[in-house]
Amino acid sequence: MGLGSFVGRRALGACLLVLGAIVLNFLLIHLAPGDPALMLAGEAGGTSEEALRKIRADFGLDQPLAVQLLVYMGRLARADLGFSYFYNRPVLALIADRVPQTLLLALTALTVAWVVGVGFGVLVARKPASLGGNALAVVSLLGYAMPVFWTAIMLLLLFAVKLPWFPTHGMVTVGGTGGTLAQALDVGHHLVLPAVSLSIIFVALYSRLTRASMLEALASDFIRTARSKGVPESRVLLKHALRNALLPVVTVAGIQLGQVLAGTILVETVFSWPGMGRLAYESILRRDYPLLLGILLFSSVAVVVFNLVTDVFYGVLDPRIRHR
Amino acid sequence: MSLGRRLRWVRANLAACLGLVLLAGVLGLATLGPVLHRGDPWERVGRRFETPGGRFALGTDHQGRDVLAGIVVGARTSLLVGVAAAAIILVIGVTVGAVAGYHGGRLDEVLMRVTEFFQILPAFLFAMVLVAIFSPRIAVIVLAIGVSNWAGTARLVRAEFLSLRERDYVVAARALGVGDARIIRREILPNALPPVIVNGSLTVGVAILFETGLSFLGLADPNVMSWGYMIGSSRIYLRDAWWPVTFPGLAIAGSVIGLSLFGDWLNDVLNPRLKERRQTA
Repeated sequence: MGLGSFVGRRALGACLLVLGAIVLNFLLIHLAPGDPALMLAGEAGGTSEEALRKIRADFGLDQPLAVQLLVYMGRLARADLGFSYFYNRPVLALIADRVPQTLLLALTALTVAWVVGVGFGVLVARKPASLGGNALAVVSLLGYAMPVFWTAIMLLLLFAVKLPWFPTHGMVTVGGTGGTLAQALDVGHHLVLPAVSLSIIFVALYSRLTRASMLEALASDFIRTARSKGVPESRVLLKHALRNALLPVVTVAGIQLGQVLAGTILVETVFSWPGMGRLAYESILRRDYPLLLGILLFSSVAVVVFNLVTDVFYGVLDPRIRHR
Repeated sequence: MSLGRRLRWVRANLAACLGLVLLAGVLGLATLGPVLHRGDPWERVGRRFETPGGRFALGTDHQGRDVLAGIVVGARTSLLVGVAAAAIILVIGVTVGAVAGYHGGRLDEVLMRVTEFFQILPAFLFAMVLVAIFSPRIAVIVLAIGVSNWAGTARLVRAEFLSLRERDYVVAARALGVGDARIIRREILPNALPPVIVNGSLTVGVAILFETGLSFLGLADPNVMSWGYMIGSSRIYLRDAWWPVTFPGLAIAGSVIGLSLFGDWLNDVLNPRLKERRQTA
């Protein structure tokens, strides 16, 4: 399969998934008990008769369902994800305000997890049945089993309440002054605990993956060749084995986006981190359904697009993938 | 078996033993707990923030409620939700995976598209939306967790069916004129089950983590005590009391670790050949 038709097929698949997400959101509005207009208004506000009339007209709620779906898709095509009556602002603007903070948190956490996880995995792969190997088994089990919000609260308890090393909530010190550098350091200071909490699940995942794929690489012929040539062991590990072991680790990093999102919702709630996850939590507290559904649709589309990009990227890197 | 051999077996299967002990502990908490430790977890029984080890083994929370009573009742909630949601996941996953894998062709393609969609949909957020829209009741929570998590199981079952459907005994059954439904149920499913059962014990753990996450965010059934709710409602009093937050979390982690180790053990028992592969991998 040529690169062009490979990209075309994947893009078509992605479009179908986006369409599915739109239809699902539409169905959720209509399957919910009660009047869809009330649902679209949210319990927070806009329940006045006038607001409801406006919503019914805007979404064509007196029309047949098929027409309503078209109206709904037409609004989405104009980048209109709905209106939050609680904030009195369009949903998309509210989300756009919060995305950078969530990206900062998630990317920091993933980078930390990646560096620590790969390093740990390489270390353990050198001697599989050692103390390190057992430690890895314990760490990955704990990382998987401890609820991320509880880990976050425990870190908060230890390193912000008992030992006042880090701030307990927020992203910046209220009323903080100083230059750009001081402000960046301030954000970094606030970032430590949320990022560490979020990274723990992924440290476990990445180190296990690295270990497995390092062991596979170390068993191959070119490693034996390198060793018998007298290449130093550290160079064999890093230059020869690790380079070949990394691809599967990178691939999995792409698939975990949904899990990252769940993690950010819970961690941002614990630390009052002003990102999209915290926004989702607030929308639930206020029963602000248009906002909640907007976040679901936005995240679904983001995951689809991200997967498409990584798919195409690997198709370019590794032509074998195109034929699967 | 002599004592020495028994001890050796325990040492060799340390993880499995720990898993069984933890699992037995949670099951015991859920079944015997309410008998051994009576008490309404919602009732104010003491002063607020009584420290653990005093009148109440695990202390009291900000409303003077007994934390141990909450842990005991919460065990039942977690297990119930976990097992019920895993059952729903199994039913949807096995049905979709079996039909797709057995029939192949057009139907397989459509079903796999749908499965892919549910795999890509952010599962936790989707469950949050379902519970928020349909009101937080225990049945809704179970359904929401089930509907948002079946895709992985469907893929697993489909892969098993794809590899089993051309086996000789299946071809023979078909040649004898046995119906498709019967072949799926009687010939293929029993052979496809071991990995599905192992996956099921992990699924119960995932479902428990989902339930605690949801109730932590305030999406808990207001009539049902749960570990996630205990953590969520006590966390703002962290400066006054660490215990109402810490103990439920330990209970959650213990249950999920137990289920995970139990799943590993089950895997070794059901697929002995895989054990070697897993140890070298």
